[in-house]
Amino acid sequence: MNEPITALKQPKMHSRLLGLSKETLLAWYDEMLLSRRFEEKCAQLYQMGQIGGFCHLYNGQEAVATGTIHAGNADDYVITAYRDHGPAISKGVDPKAIMAELLQKYTGTTKGKGGSMHLFDRQKNFLGGHAIVGGHIPLAAGVAFAIKYRNERRVCFCYMGDGATNIGSFHEALNLASLWKLPVIYVIENNRYGMGTSVERASAVEDLWKKALAYDMRHDVLEGHDVLEVYRAAKAAVEHARKTYEPSLLEIRTYRYRGHSQSDPVHGHYRSKEEVEEERKRDPVTMFSDTLKAENIINDEYLETAEKRIKRIVEECVQFAESSPLPPAEELYKDVYFESEE
Amino acid sequence: MATVSMREALRQAIDEEMARDDRVFLMGEEVAQYQGAYKVSQGLLQKYGEKRILDTPIAEAGFAGIGVGAAMVGLRPIVEFMTWNFSLVAYDQIVNNAAKMLSMSGGNFHVPIVFRGPGGAAHNLGATHSQALESIYAHFPGLKVVMPSNCEDAKGLLKTSIRDENPVIFIESEVMYGEKGDIPDGEYTTPLGVGKIRREGKDVTIVSWSKILAHVATKAVDQLAQEGIDVELIDPRTIRPMDMDLIVESVKKTNRLVIVEEGWPFAGVGAQISHDVMKRAFDYLDAPIERVTQEDVPLPYAHNLEIASLPSVEKVVRAVKNVLYVS
Repeated sequence: MNEPITALKQPKMHSRLLGLSKETLLAWYDEMLLSRRFEEKCAQLYQMGQIGGFCHLYNGQEAVATGTIHAGNADDYVITAYRDHGPAISKGVDPKAIMAELLQKYTGTTKGKGGSMHLFDRQKNFLGGHAIVGGHIPLAAGVAFAIKYRNERRVCFCYMGDGATNIGSFHEALNLASLWKLPVIYVIENNRYGMGTSVERASAVEDLWKKALAYDMRHDVLEGHDVLEVYRAAKAAVEHARKTYEPSLLEIRTYRYRGHSQSDPVHGHYRSKEEVEEERKRDPVTMFSDTLKAENIINDEYLETAEKRIKRIVEECVQFAESSPLPPAEELYKDVYFESEE
Repeated sequence: MATVSMREALRQAIDEEMARDDRVFLMGEEVAQYQGAYKVSQGLLQKYGEKRILDTPIAEAGFAGIGVGAAMVGLRPIVEFMTWNFSLVAYDQIVNNAAKMLSMSGGNFHVPIVFRGPGGAAHNLGATHSQALESIYAHFPGLKVVMPSNCEDAKGLLKTSIRDENPVIFIESEVMYGEKGDIPDGEYTTPLGVGKIRREGKDVTIVSWSKILAHVATKAVDQLAQEGIDVELIDPRTIRPMDMDLIVESVKKTNRLVIVEEGWPFAGVGAQISHDVMKRAFDYLDAPIERVTQEDVPLPYAHNLEIASLPSVEKVVRAVKNVLYVS
């Protein structure tokens, strides 16, 4: 995770692969596959009643988290909305702790207090998991404000869905981030539907990147199925932010395979089965493995062993979560007020 | 001792804490170049510069959220609302992000931030600009709510609030900024959650705070004293945490309680105090607890109706006589 800036300066293996090392490429592939299989397991566990509440899965959007987060370093911040398992995995949050959180266990990322929509990890600079649409967008500007206040060269990645671009806090935050030149990279994960309402039925502007124009903010738009293309665009935004402190808005067009949350159908009133099937043809995990095969980085044997390895990791996550204790009763009154450090 | 205005007492608190800790910064509408809508931040831009004294656009949700985000990663923001009425457009940031962050993140992130500004009615400002909002903020676990009634406390409580590791709602009075009072020389802080007996008495306990204590309850107490009624006047100073021990001990002595506040009656702060006293001192009460609040209406513009709606000396005197069963 620390290498991307120097990685770009490494001797190019092949332009298609942006000069990324084999180790990096394999790590990204494994991570995307882990995200995919982890979420498939989540869907199962949700149906079995082991995961409660709302559970929004990231299947189909993996290239966005992997491609953007690895354009930054470990000490860069990530903050996102409620579809947060994928970004958390990409930011290095322990998948065991994520699974334990989903299963309402004390060993979870927030000791069983946040749940699926509110994953946090201070050590990994993962600032949540936020479930009020748009509410976290100003927080990201605040994190970036602190970065600049301390003259650091870090950045804050902030993810949101297409639906969040219609709420006031999005516009207030973009204005302030641009006005004050705050090193935040806003990523719109445009999966075309805010729950069941399509972009064109919710936003007067269908090209969501155009909303950056109102705030004179650097912007980019791209298809988010190819992790390398995502990385390239994110890397440019990161370098710009490090150099100038200026923010960017990236509209990354992607697709979610599952329902808005696990309480919702995959298709139905708002989108057709055919549309979902068509979209699955440009699957980001398969697209990446095809690229890596075409570039002779991996072969079918690698894919088979990767599947087995990832499957074992997911099983270990479930075992860890299932064997973990529930939060003890006395935990109820903890973490309401922070004890003074002075 | 020095005699200063309320705005000067508050300014000193901010100034001293900014000098003490370079993580502290102030942002809000008109706090920098304009020197503060109510001149609380007068001179601070010149002393600390644009990096730490920041004018914001009119975007409460945006800049309140920036404050919360900055606090999550280690800064200590003071966010000024030009009035607390405008905080309502930042309500999501305060109650969902600031108040819940520590708990929801399982202790990963805490939010040391002060939201401050004037609250309550001034004169002829109409319903949207005349609100006492302490009860809605005190409702949320994770927030502290502080409401000074004099200059000494204003400075001491604000310094403590800035040093607190939690989000603090600091509500000043819009009409008290020019009022003068004595403050101690040198460094001092005032603890949160510790009330103060403003006047000892034996017949009735009155609990009140902020401007209503200073402008209404105190005058009622003086008037009642002339009639031979000896009131114990308690200023909790912080609404959350509320110093219930102090109130309960007073009620055990006087056996009678009147709560006087500017907010509305339904689900108001006084309703909670009343319940807690009933639970802890039921057998000591010689009369039902009385509350004096604003009338249960949006505050009108016309001054005669304003006066009719807000707590008054007359209403407090009547309530005290009610609990004493005298006419």
